[in-house]
Amino acid sequence: MHIEIDEIAKTFGATTALQPVSLRIPSGALVALLGPSGSGKTTLLRILGGLEFPTSGRVLFDGQDATGLTVQDRRAGFVFQSYALFRHMTVFDNVAYGLNARPRASRPLKAEIARRVAKLLDLIQLPDIGRRYPGQLSGGQRQRVALARALAIEPRMLLLDEPFGALDAKVRKELRQGLRHIHDETGLTTVFVTHDQEEAMELADLVVVMSMGRIEQIGKPQDIRARPTTAFVREFIT
Amino acid sequence: MSDAATTPAIPLRAATDESPLVRRILIAIAVSGLGILVAAPLIVVLAEALAGGWAAAVASLSHHDAWSAIRLTLLIAIIAVPLNAAFGISAAWFITKFDFRGKAFLITLIDLPFSVSPVVAGLCIVLMFGANSLAGGWLAAHGLPIVFAVPGIVLATLFVTFPFVARELIPVMIEQGRAEEEAALTLGASGWRTFRTVTLPNIRWALLYGVLLSNARAMGEFGAVAVVSGKIRGQTATMPITIEMLYNEYLSVAAFSMAALLTLLALVTLLLKGALELRHAGQLAAHRVQ
Repeated sequence: MHIEIDEIAKTFGATTALQPVSLRIPSGALVALLGPSGSGKTTLLRILGGLEFPTSGRVLFDGQDATGLTVQDRRAGFVFQSYALFRHMTVFDNVAYGLNARPRASRPLKAEIARRVAKLLDLIQLPDIGRRYPGQLSGGQRQRVALARALAIEPRMLLLDEPFGALDAKVRKELRQGLRHIHDETGLTTVFVTHDQEEAMELADLVVVMSMGRIEQIGKPQDIRARPTTAFVREFIT
Repeated sequence: MSDAATTPAIPLRAATDESPLVRRILIAIAVSGLGILVAAPLIVVLAEALAGGWAAAVASLSHHDAWSAIRLTLLIAIIAVPLNAAFGISAAWFITKFDFRGKAFLITLIDLPFSVSPVVAGLCIVLMFGANSLAGGWLAAHGLPIVFAVPGIVLATLFVTFPFVARELIPVMIEQGRAEEEAALTLGASGWRTFRTVTLPNIRWALLYGVLLSNARAMGEFGAVAVVSGKIRGQTATMPITIEMLYNEYLSVAAFSMAALLTLLALVTLLLKGALELRHAGQLAAHRVQ
């Protein structure tokens, strides 16, 4: 699915989180929104996911206006910064949540849900943790479970808010490859937010550098590295 | 020689440890406080109730008026506690999940029943719904008197128990944040389903504490109920009010039997809580790991 962001702006009361920004994300791309805190990258991600609504501008999914679409109808697989796993549910129930939440007519049968959850746990390479609670998992395991839970709804896109933020350096490296692998496997249009330029450059096909609610530069990692267009970008990526 | 160097004269202690003497003194203060303020009155109440033997105590409780007071108190609790649980959940939800102006003021308003004397609260209800007021007169004329009747007692009880559930829930819900609810929404759950499957399970222990506190207060409330009930024996006299009336009439066995029963009702709710915690001990532990 390709995403078009058309002059999206967002203000919270008197503060401007996003100046009008425009961006085209081609279908199947792996995009990084890169910037320091307060640059508006998370706001933009939340607008794509339907968790915030823009003050002005439009969002188009596959050419269709999706600006007013509710969060439930967007079918965006969202991975939260602290993963937001349901702490009172087992890993199995966490991953199955989106399938169980479907209206009865389109809800898969119990056995089918179990099969799909098992498949997703295989995909994240944690096949045996279905019966554990989130509190019993390591940070890296939680992140992968959050990814599996988001994938279970058969999303149209994958949105990740600082997916590696809370992890130590070694686990980050592993999980970066994990995300790349899952992206290539599913072919989903994927947008992730990060403040770590190395992470963005290494993982993404397309990097969007943001600052103060504005997009500073859009480009392939090597292009941004070779030809930073503004002083801010030059400063930020070195 | 080396021994003398490594073994100091005073045994080493962690910075947060107290000396054995201080520890014993603190424990003694806590235990004697508990004994004098909590255990002793309980024993006295039970002893006074049984001063005339079991038969006398049971007989006094099976008296028509006593029985009516017991039923009334249970009825009030059954009406007031669920209503306040619902009010408390919605208030806490509203305050913690949304940002709006005047939030601090609303929280203060929820606390108001804590700071206002129950007697004043009772008087306000009399003023608003008494036979001489506009609303009260109209309602009484249509066969629904508020003051000196059960609805007034329910209103008074609702007022004094209002903050308990919300007060327990607000800090828990603030600490948990909105991320889990947002996650449920992105997974396609409706608002109601999110509340039922994510919010409610996360707050259930705080909710239980709030409900128990609110129940204890609903059954034990004296001041506000005394003003609005009119203390009509066999009709609007709740258990606490009956206890006071019996005591004033020097019917000490009857008064203390009723008091003992009221105490036992409170203890039952505490035991219930304990049993629930025991049954879900594993789940609670899993919760705390995170």
